This record gives sequence, structure tokens and C-alpha cells, in this order.
Amino acid sequence: MAHGNYSYKPTNAFMKWLDSRLPIVRLVDESVLKFPTPKNLNMWFTFGGILTFMLAVQIVSGIVLAMHYVPHETQAFDSVERIMRDVNYGWLLRYMHSNGASMFFIAVYLHIFRGLYYGSFKAPREVLWLLGIVIYLLMMATGFLGYTLPWGQMSFWGATVITNFFSAIPLVGESITQWLWGSFAVDNTTLQRFFSLHYLLPFVIAGVVVLHIWALHVPGNNNPLGIDVKGPQDTVPFHPYYTTKDGFWIALFLIVFAYFIFFNPNFLGHADNYVPANRLVTPAHIVPEWYYLPLYAILRSVPDKLIGVILMISAILIWALLPWLDTSRVRSNNFRPIMKQLFWILIVVIFLLGYLGAQTADDSNLVFFGAELPIGKLLLSQLLTFYYFAHFLVITPIVGLWETPNPVPESISKAVLAKKNGGAVPVAAE
Amino acid sequence: MGAAMTKLNLLVALALVFGFADKTLAEDAHAVKPPKQMKWSWDGPFGQFDRQQLQRGYQVYKEVCASCHSMHLVSFRNLSQPGGPEFSEAQMKAIAAGVQINTLDDKGEAFDDKGVALQRPGTAADRFPSPFSNELAARAANNNAYPPDLSVITKARPDGSNYVYSLLTGYSDPPAKFELLPGLYYNAHFPNHQIAMPQPLATDDQVTYAPNAGNPAATIDQMAKDVTAFLTWAGEPKMEERKQMGVKVIIFLVLLAALLYTAYRQLWKDVDH
Repeated sequence: MAHGNYSYKPTNAFMKWLDSRLPIVRLVDESVLKFPTPKNLNMWFTFGGILTFMLAVQIVSGIVLAMHYVPHETQAFDSVERIMRDVNYGWLLRYMHSNGASMFFIAVYLHIFRGLYYGSFKAPREVLWLLGIVIYLLMMATGFLGYTLPWGQMSFWGATVITNFFSAIPLVGESITQWLWGSFAVDNTTLQRFFSLHYLLPFVIAGVVVLHIWALHVPGNNNPLGIDVKGPQDTVPFHPYYTTKDGFWIALFLIVFAYFIFFNPNFLGHADNYVPANRLVTPAHIVPEWYYLPLYAILRSVPDKLIGVILMISAILIWALLPWLDTSRVRSNNFRPIMKQLFWILIVVIFLLGYLGAQTADDSNLVFFGAELPIGKLLLSQLLTFYYFAHFLVITPIVGLWETPNPVPESISKAVLAKKNGGAVPVAAE
Repeated sequence: MGAAMTKLNLLVALALVFGFADKTLAEDAHAVKPPKQMKWSWDGPFGQFDRQQLQRGYQVYKEVCASCHSMHLVSFRNLSQPGGPEFSEAQMKAIAAGVQINTLDDKGEAFDDKGVALQRPGTAADRFPSPFSNELAARAANNNAYPPDLSVITKARPDGSNYVYSLLTGYSDPPAKFELLPGLYYNAHFPNHQIAMPQPLATDDQVTYAPNAGNPAATIDQMAKDVTAFLTWAGEPKMEERKQMGVKVIIFLVLLAALLYTAYRQLWKDVDH
């Protein structure tokens, strides 16, 4: 393990006996309790803990909901309403689970953007980053499958739109789509397999999370300075230092979560999903859940379905190349004056794509504070999509080579001491 | 440059996004008039339903809406549960008994020997019976329009409570040059401004409220508000329980966060970080 010179010592005969047969207490002690963690982590580094907590919330609430839910096209909608009305605290479980999905995605986006900003994807953490992308893709699939289960109008038509992506594959697209549906359209067979997979995937996520944490514990945490831990003076044991600090931020996160559950439970959903699925009536405006909106905008930015689908998938898969596309020697954007600005521009671009993803699919002009802007929504999404890819494929490699980073501190402990004393940060010798 | 600049960028971005979002709502105005923004007793974290209003609303639903609209997720027993109209147990059972429910006899037959459906008086456990036996029958009786089930109608429309109230009070003569299709009625709050439902609350005192102390005059506006309250409750019968628990949960979490914060600061006091 990284930078630790600690060791677990069993305290009594039984623990010694157990330790020589199944060193599980040693594992917990070394990888959770005493795990040496950089002492300068800020609040953006607590989302890993928040996400672990939210995964547990989703799995527990989901297991109980599954005891009452009926995966059948004629009963699914009413069974969800029965949970809301007649199951003890069913309304609480269901609103926890539906809002929990959104909170999970809020946390995962902040977690990803934090990794992007502080260069957590760079060597030696590439595998950690790749596993994170796998988790994110699994979350997207799980969220989509779960959204179909209440069998409202958005469930049904969202499932129809998303599964139709596969029909864009040349030659075999239609066969694959029908294989996924188990039918010739989205119907009861589809609902039943989506329920089965929605129950399965969270456990796959949990498995990959274990690998993700394992891959974290080999190089150790990144930190806001983006420099390596030099020795024990740079770290504190995870417990109790980060259990209390993460605990505090989890409590704050739960306050936001509780606000949605108890006071605005349908804010993040769509009213059409309280209309039972009807294959004869298409909703005026099919929109995915908010967390897919930027990708939905990229999909719709090109008129060709196959290219649209390829672009949408590439928009995520391109993250997998990032450790090798970023040519900078410095990890943290704190020391990269140009890249820091470009990071925030990328965030704005993603927000704008999300906004466009929620709009009707026509090419009318954008209207901003009553003034019609001379740019069509289609052209704007094309420009933003182009910029999104250019940021990773062109800008990131070039800026990494061309930019002169600010001097990086010699060590975490020296940097925090200097900050405390208000003096200049000692800089590593070149 | 630096931190101040990046924060400014972020603020501008947020302003752009939310500015745009606002605009789109207003932009749809030429299609559908946005709902009137009302103040309701159930708004806000401490909001509650007015029991008398829910009881009046049930009366409006039963005497007006129920002749065409089903409400198949609501049971009579719900009418006396906490957080709802809270009719007394006896009142609720009397209401249920006043309704005939299709049933089977002990041989499992649904019809008597003349083909007439067998019926029995309703009980607390029965759902509200639907006015039509199926969608075809409903369409046949309603100029081919299908009156939607009202169980969750306030959640199934954006800004649902305000929408229902606005729709009920939104009937008017069509503007000049407006081409109204035959059999439809003008209502600016409905998509395309044409609705198949004739104005359901057309005259004051259409429903006769019991002359209780506290019952207001049954104006069109009052009846619309009352039935909106009833439909909002029916869509979310656990709302009061939810909000009351929410207040306790938030207080608990704030105290927990304060304790954790104190522990965390205390612990980190001697660590430079």
C-alpha cells in the first residue's frame, strides 16, 4: 500500500487465529481505518464517500420496492401507485429511489468534474479513471432501465427512442433491436427483461466499485495540489479524520436530498410519466431524464442517426483516452492558468448542450431575454458538439505542451504550512 | 485572471442556462396560456389541506366530474383517512353504501337471468366505480373524446393544481377569427385552445353546499378551487404525512451536520491542512 508504514497487530488469541486464516480485519484496518490520506483534500473529494452511500441507499430502497412492484404492462403503473398509497411508507421508499437516482447523478458528475479539474485521471491513476467510466456507463444503463419501470408515457416512449438507437447499426440493427425488445415493439416482454436487468446492474456496479476503490488504494488519493505524497507528514489516517469530514458533507448532501424527497418530489421528473403508457399516443415532446440531456443534444446535432449515435457514445468513451491526450506534466488545474479557464468553458459548453437537449427538435432560433438570437438551435448544438470533441482531441494535447504551468509546491506538508503562515509556497527545485 | 475570473464564468453560464429556461416557458404562451398562479393551503413545507374544502371538493367531483371521469385508484376508505377529507367513519361508509358496485353471485355469475349486471352496495374497501365500463363506451358517450382518469391528474400535468383550476375557470367565447371545430369548446389553457369537455362548472350554485358554518357560497370559482383541492389530495394522499416527516428529517439532519462539523473541526484543529 502507498506511503504507509503501518501494520495491523491482532490484539488477542482469537484475532491472531482469524488473521492467519482470513485476514479480513487486517483488510478493513489497513484499507479503511488507517489508510493514509493526503491531509489537504477539500470538499470536492468527498463525493466518493457520498456516491458509496447513495449506491447503498438505491440498492436498499430498490430491493424493498421490488417486493411490491409488478413488472407487467397492465399492472406496473397501478402497482407503483399502490406503493404510493397503500404500502407502509411506500411513498417514502419510492420518492427516495426516484430522487436518489438524480442525486446519484449529481454526485457522479461533480465527482467526474473534480477528477477532470485536479488531473486525477493522469498517471498513475489511469486504471482508476477507466473503471470510473465503466461505473458511469453502468449507471446510465441502470437509470434508463429504472425509468421505464413505472410504465408511464415517458417510460414507454423513452424506452422506444433509446432502444431504437440500436437500429442504426448497419445490416443487423433491426435484428438486434428486436432481440433487445424480445418482441417487435417495446411491450410486456421488454418491461419484464428491463426489470430483471435493472435489478442486476446495481450489483455489477457494486462489484466495479470494489475494483475502483482497490485501484484507488494502490497509488493513493490525488489531492488539490496534484502532487505525490512524499511521506507520512503529508497524510492523516482515513479514520477518524476523513470519516468525520466526509460524514459532515454527506449530512449536507442529505439535506438537499431530503428537500427533494419531502418537499419537491416530482420536480426532477416529468408530468407525462403520471400518464399510463399508451402506444397510440406519442407525447408532444419526448425528453430523457435530465442527466442524459447533454448527450441527447449531441445525438440530435447531426441529421444522420448512425453518426448521431456514434457521436453520443464517443462523447463518453473519449474520456477513456484522456490520460494519454493530456500532455501536461502538472496534474492540478490550480497550477495551469490556461487549462483552468478551458475547464470552465467546457463546463459551460456541457450546460448549454444540456439546455439544448431539453428543447424541441426543430431548427428555430434561440430566444434570449426576449431577443431572438441569429443562431439556430441545430447550428448551435453542432458548434457546441464540435467544441466538446475539440476540447479533448485538440485543445487538451496542444495546451498541455504549450502552456507554462505555475510552479508546483515541493510537498503537501510544506504547502499547507506556508498557507497557514501566510508566506510564499516553497517550490520544488526544477 | 484566476479564481475570481473562473467564478464569473460560472455565474454567467448559470445565468445563461436559467435565463434560457425561463424564456422557453414564456415562449410556449402562444400555444397554451400558462396556468394562473394561485395560492393554495397545501403550498410550502408546512402546507395542509383544508378538510372542509376537501369534503366540498369531493361533493363537486361526485356530482359533476364523476359522471364522465373515473378515479379508479381512490377507495372510499381513503375519504376518512388522516390527511384527507377526514369524513367520519360513519359518513364514509354511508357514502360508499350509496354507490352500486358490480359484483358476482355465489355461482360466479356477473349477470342475472335477464342479462342485467348484478350489483351490491359499496363498502369502504371499494374503489370509486368508473362511469363507463371501458374506453370504447366512454368515447361513444363523449363525442369520441376519452375523459382521462382523475386519480393522479394534478401530477400528470405540469403545474397540475394550477392547471386544473385554470382549465375549469378558463372557458370563454373564442376570439374573433378563431375557427372552433364542431363539438369542441374554447379554453385558452388547453393545447390548441379547443377542448372536447363542455364547461363542467357553468353556473353558480350548480352544487348545493351544506349550509354549515364556514361553507362559502358555491360560486364557479369556489367550486373550481374546492375540486382542485380534492384532486390534489387524491393524487398525493400522503402529502401531509410526507411534509410533516420532512420537517423533522431536515431538523435532524441539520443537528447531525452541526455535530459532525464540530467533531471534524475539533479533530482537525491540530492538523495543518
